[in-house]
Amino acid sequence: MNVIEVSHLSRSFGEVKAVNDISFDVAEGEIFAFLGPNGAGKSTTIKMLTTLLQPTSGTIRVNGHDPVTEPNAVRKSFGIVFQDPAVDDELTAWENMEFHGVLYGVPKTRRRARIDELLKFVELSDRANSQVKEFSGGMRRRLEIARGLLHTPKIVFLDEPTLGLDPQTRNHMWSYLQQLNKTDKTTVFFSTHYMEEAERVAQRIAIIDHGKIVAMGSADALKTKTGTESLEDAFLALTGSAIREEEGSSADRMRMVHRARRGR
Amino acid sequence: MDGAAIYIMWRRQMTRFVRSKARIVASLAQPLLFLVTFGFGFSAVFRQAGAGNYIDFLAPGIVLMGIVFSSVFSGIEVMWDRQFGFLKETLVAPVSRIALMIGRTLGGATVAFLQGCLVLIVTLVVGFRPTSWWLLPAAFIVMALVAIIFTAFGTAMGARIKDMQGFQLIMNFIIMPIFFLSGALFPLAGLPAVMAAIVHIDPLSYGVDALRGLLINAAQFPLVLDFGILIVVAAVILSIGAYFFARIEV
Repeated sequence: MNVIEVSHLSRSFGEVKAVNDISFDVAEGEIFAFLGPNGAGKSTTIKMLTTLLQPTSGTIRVNGHDPVTEPNAVRKSFGIVFQDPAVDDELTAWENMEFHGVLYGVPKTRRRARIDELLKFVELSDRANSQVKEFSGGMRRRLEIARGLLHTPKIVFLDEPTLGLDPQTRNHMWSYLQQLNKTDKTTVFFSTHYMEEAERVAQRIAIIDHGKIVAMGSADALKTKTGTESLEDAFLALTGSAIREEEGSSADRMRMVHRARRGR
Repeated sequence: MDGAAIYIMWRRQMTRFVRSKARIVASLAQPLLFLVTFGFGFSAVFRQAGAGNYIDFLAPGIVLMGIVFSSVFSGIEVMWDRQFGFLKETLVAPVSRIALMIGRTLGGATVAFLQGCLVLIVTLVVGFRPTSWWLLPAAFIVMALVAIIFTAFGTAMGARIKDMQGFQLIMNFIIMPIFFLSGALFPLAGLPAVMAAIVHIDPLSYGVDALRGLLINAAQFPLVLDFGILIVVAAVILSIGAYFFARIEV
């Protein structure tokens, strides 16, 4: 069974086609990596899958539901760790977790037990009552990972989750996610810039560039297809070696589009 | 389910409020400055004109000033939440945007209302003496309505603007005029026709008038009119805020 089905999906910002007619499926229990240079359309795609952005055209099914018409059914089915931090600095780690659990309707006793268990797993138990503004980048990341799993989602979206994490934390996080993937058949959909990470954990990899999927398959299949030795070489063969502009924030992008429109 | 969402959004604002003691004190500074400089500065002139005690006249307007500024500030926190990323966490949760907006607005309005109560205490210390204490509960309702109107306004604006410059524009070109043209500082009698007309379309005028009517028995409009207008404006602004909030894309 496919837990994510995307067909002919596009999203434009003004004249810019950020995502241009992509189609792919992710099977239940799969670990799926989404790779691409900066500005290729990874985050835009994840935002559409997670109900944050409306597609310009095309259809999406997440856990059998359409994010456009049944956003809440879709939202219940996934947990997400965003590319940039999304915790409340003024609240404590525990309060951030509690806030999330209440928003997701996790019953109190279960919620409290899950919070304890997950904070222990990300090794933040002793800092549970510290305000997040005292946390380092890595600690925030760990908190967000714990939070994303609190409501035991069927699908976990991770948008460059390991950015800025040390190898120990990265390893720890992946071993937990792989274990969840085995025991609960949790589907994992992640984007990353670390090729070895994708190669090590992902069963299938999609490479996106200029809003289009240029290749999809296992790491070995991609290497065979391009006749290269490593995934990194395969990636470069598929996307070229030109350096891309850093992807701006959505606010920057809106400003750009706004300017472009007025300039016309 | 959505009730729980409204509650937790409200709770979050409360927790943040209690933790921000510096902000609580800082937000008392501006009303206090207005109260002391205008209050004592114009007191003699006001009395000579036969209009009574200026501090008593001014205090209700200053209380609402504290509420308005604190409300807009709370509402505009949507913009900060967007910049610090927390907004996304709420937008992907399986609850309606309306619930998020209402919870956030009620939280911000509660904060602003409590700030207003603190300002009221400050005015009492400075020398304000209400004529009718027993109407205080009705006065609290006026304060709460003003808090809801301006928090919802702030939320609507926070959902649209992206940066601090936008916030400054709103403060200088909308909020400051609304305050200065509300009759908070001066009596409405004898104003030039154009200015009188502007005062009459300023929703805050009715809040100031109602509070003055209740606390020092000096209303210019019927109390029913004041309440009616405040309730209608609150409903309209909440709807606009909900509309804008529902259309946020991050």
